[in-house]
Amino acid sequence: MKFTEEHEWLRVEGDEVVVGITTHAAEQLGDVVFVELPEEGAEVTKDDEIVVIESVKAASDILAPLDGEITEVNEALVDEPGKVNDDPEGDAWFFKMKVEDLSVMDELMDEAAYKAFIA
Amino acid sequence: MPVVAFEHASGPGRRDACVSDLKRTPLYDLHVEIGAKMVPFAGYDMPVQYKLGVMKEHLHCRSAAGLFDVSHMGQVVLRARDPQLAKTALEGLIPQDVLGLGEGRQRYGFFTNDKGGIEDDLMFANRGDHLFLVVNAACKDADVARLRKGLEPDVTVKLLENRALLALQGPKAEAVLANLNPEVAGMRFMDVATVALAGAECWVSRSGYTGEDGFEISVPVAAAADLANALIAHEDVEPIGLGARDSLRLEAGLCLYGQDMDDGLNPVEASLSWAIQKVRRADGARAAGFPGADVILGALKDGVDRHRVGLLPEGRAPMRQAVPLFQHAEGGEQIGFVTSGGFGPSVGAPVAMGIVADSLHTPGTQLFGDVRGKRLPVKVAKLPFVPAGFKR
Repeated sequence: MKFTEEHEWLRVEGDEVVVGITTHAAEQLGDVVFVELPEEGAEVTKDDEIVVIESVKAASDILAPLDGEITEVNEALVDEPGKVNDDPEGDAWFFKMKVEDLSVMDELMDEAAYKAFIA
Repeated sequence: MPVVAFEHASGPGRRDACVSDLKRTPLYDLHVEIGAKMVPFAGYDMPVQYKLGVMKEHLHCRSAAGLFDVSHMGQVVLRARDPQLAKTALEGLIPQDVLGLGEGRQRYGFFTNDKGGIEDDLMFANRGDHLFLVVNAACKDADVARLRKGLEPDVTVKLLENRALLALQGPKAEAVLANLNPEVAGMRFMDVATVALAGAECWVSRSGYTGEDGFEISVPVAAAADLANALIAHEDVEPIGLGARDSLRLEAGLCLYGQDMDDGLNPVEASLSWAIQKVRRADGARAAGFPGADVILGALKDGVDRHRVGLLPEGRAPMRQAVPLFQHAEGGEQIGFVTSGGFGPSVGAPVAMGIVADSLHTPGTQLFGDVRGKRLPVKVAKLPFVPAGFKR
């Protein structure tokens, strides 16, 4: 698993990348009450605001971590936003995307680096 | 994702958030000890949430009991040689009936300005030989200055620094507090009494800011932590932070000064006419005689062209403060805005309050709120969003 400074995790599954937010981010956000996901098939550019997530405290955006195409979104989060707090690094993934070249993942933090980043 | 670092108990407090000179309430150490997340609010370092988190704290308060530290609020005592004099004097600053308030009773009110706007809202209690006021933290210095200017030298105005203020709220508040002193069970909504709690002389009122039954307790600083510990030791009590305080009061349809009302909005526009008693209105025995009386009494007679209303967004997206409101899904002028909004944990959906133009304020009226560039449907709704649990 790889991590961004925006508190996203990325996991390679076949030729896709699965993206969610970290447990740390979910804890900081507090109870999530609303999730708006991108369209499947959307072409996104790194740092595009593609997900809106609202907690009891505030609204935040999740940025596209890489350039690519959104292949699947986790519709279950729309009906049950609280899943983001229950299982942020498992069931509550946000979207899957296809990227041209998976080697861009190498520039991201590994778990140890992310832990140091949030310490 | 900008995981903002969590500050947001929204409200007037956010203006002055310089961390270095934040004040602490007498319960600061207790908050930190029991795992509160502390944030700047109205110049104080305050708990925004504890370990349960906002949602569970909110629901716990509605189903059992919650303890709030509201010691940042201003506690003010007004005294005069003749108590009637203090009451008459206060009537010169607020459009409420102070003289008619019985001993041992409390009432809601607001300071007005010459334009009829609201400078702050407050609770005032008749405690026999003195009046006891509780005002908002962010406004307390201005309120004390206003009181001194309007009331001295006949009336002495004292901002109490030696008392903390706790609120115990929820359907089990009575049972919990009666454990410490059974006298409180005999109090009705808006009664005030001097009650011994945790070995100290406390000034207790049966009131609150959640829509639930409950008590607000002014306690000497020296006894504040003991009392708070005694209350949270009860299995039905959880400490509740500013986050849930905001969602509880919003569901209860209660205004937050600086958001749902301010110095540019008169009480009629703020839908607070109910808090102006007959005796201060045009045909009353003590009509007018408060700042902005001409504007406010005129508004009561002639109506106003905007109103504070409840709003129920129809989708799942919360409509937060400042969301612009429109009559139509496309085009047209803006007809209002959201003053407070968020997710209502007890309602299970987003809730909001806002100011809307006259003729669009009837419950059921369909409006649209612009959220991130999309006009989403929202309906004008009756307040409160949850039934009040007061013990009348």
